[in-house]
Amino acid sequence: MFGLSNLCLLLVILLNFFTLGSSRLVACIRAVALQGALLALLPILLHGFSPHAVLLATIALLLKGIFIPWLLLRAMNEVRIRRDVEPLIGYVPTLILGALITAAAFIFADFLPLQPQHQGGLFIPTALATLSAGFLLLMTRRKAITQVLGYLMLENGIFVFGILLSEAMPLLVEAGVLLDLLVGIFVMGIVMNHINREFSSLNTERLSALKE
Amino acid sequence: MASRLLLHLVLLLCCAPLLQGVIVKTKALFAGRVGAPLLQPYRDLARLFRKGFVFSRTTTWVFRAGPVVGLTVPLLAALLIPFGALPAPLSFEGDLILFVYLFALARFFTAAAALDTGSSFEGMGAAREVTFSCLAEPTLLFALIVLAKLSGGLSLNSLLGPHLTTAWRGPYAAALGLILVCLLVVLLVENSRIPFDDPNTHLELTMIHEVMVLDHSGPAFGMILYGAALKLMVLGALVVRLALPWQTGSWFFDALVFVGGQLLLAVLIGVVESIMARLRLVRIPQILIGTTLISIFALVLVLR
Repeated sequence: MFGLSNLCLLLVILLNFFTLGSSRLVACIRAVALQGALLALLPILLHGFSPHAVLLATIALLLKGIFIPWLLLRAMNEVRIRRDVEPLIGYVPTLILGALITAAAFIFADFLPLQPQHQGGLFIPTALATLSAGFLLLMTRRKAITQVLGYLMLENGIFVFGILLSEAMPLLVEAGVLLDLLVGIFVMGIVMNHINREFSSLNTERLSALKE
Repeated sequence: MASRLLLHLVLLLCCAPLLQGVIVKTKALFAGRVGAPLLQPYRDLARLFRKGFVFSRTTTWVFRAGPVVGLTVPLLAALLIPFGALPAPLSFEGDLILFVYLFALARFFTAAAALDTGSSFEGMGAAREVTFSCLAEPTLLFALIVLAKLSGGLSLNSLLGPHLTTAWRGPYAAALGLILVCLLVVLLVENSRIPFDDPNTHLELTMIHEVMVLDHSGPAFGMILYGAALKLMVLGALVVRLALPWQTGSWFFDALVFVGGQLLLAVLIGVVESIMARLRLVRIPQILIGTTLISIFALVLVLR
């Protein structure tokens, strides 16, 4: 069981790299969806088939693996934007930054005062690395839709943290987090729609031009 | 010792062109054609070696050194690397550095031979080839460092020793899987295969490796082709050993596992070539930097 969950976490980190380095929007959305689906497996792998874990996994899979990506793909088709990611800084610098923060996450995780059963595992470094990769994606991409992707990735990182605590945390809190996510994506979808209707583009740089 | 050396060389010299034939056959089957017979590369080589030398008057000895070094270097490198469970005939501490830079030497001479002709196309091809392989080099070195950390030795024999079977079951299996993928990418780049380069293209603007050998003909071209086949097998030995680390004990079955692994690898390359399109030139450095980062990440996993 432990080997499988480590494999999952490794794939999650590789998907971080892929999303940071990919130039195609559809591929990015699929990668983040796959990441969400992989993370949905984790509660079952870690805690076995308890009703709590199964419920959490199903909700996470439905929301992050299927519903939100479908929403994003639909939004992309509807507003007919260019399929490129259009980064503020190039792909290679982003990738190198991503590798640096991943390495930093691994080093930082060793210094954290953790519970002994979490020490040395892949969970904390993966959570930190995914969180910061999400931040990086939020900062370096121009389009509103890629910023939603960055937000999703950030949430994936928080989800990994949450799994470690899921014995202590009641189901209601996790369901609340997932609901927050869904509402957040909805709000972003509406905002995106409005930006698009106003400027006929999803470029967030136009928003700062308003201030002048 | 002498018998081991002989077995190594016989395996290498006899099987190398067969792998090229297997790749071509796989691609043909994917496209729904019958394809050239498996032994066609041997016939091509025999045909080329029967021809006479033709050299342009503007070229110097550098042009002639290219194919010779291109054939010698894979032979030398083959002596340093174990073929499957068969240990390498020549082994010393730190030979992994020599292994990596022998190929750099061959590349230098091929590029120099291409520049010696004075053709602008060949210069362009040389520039591309050198760029891509200098980006592939860190990946290869980091992968070897990961293996060195796992084995505790610094020679290729101990790097690819019998400890690999237990390592695959241990906590470092993830790192091994990552560097296996990285080495596969390096294999495709170094042997100018799709998606990085197309060995069959004959459009000067898009070729990378092929453009550098345009001016060679007859036996010189045969040496280049044979050298390329040997190089595929030598670099493939690294991947095959990593993927199939079984040790049977009898030299015959070890050789069988090795040749079987090489044939599987050739089929895999053929499948990759059939289902993937060639990458745009600007994307290749990004992919190679990505694999470098992945191999560094594997190193982090092993070191912590």
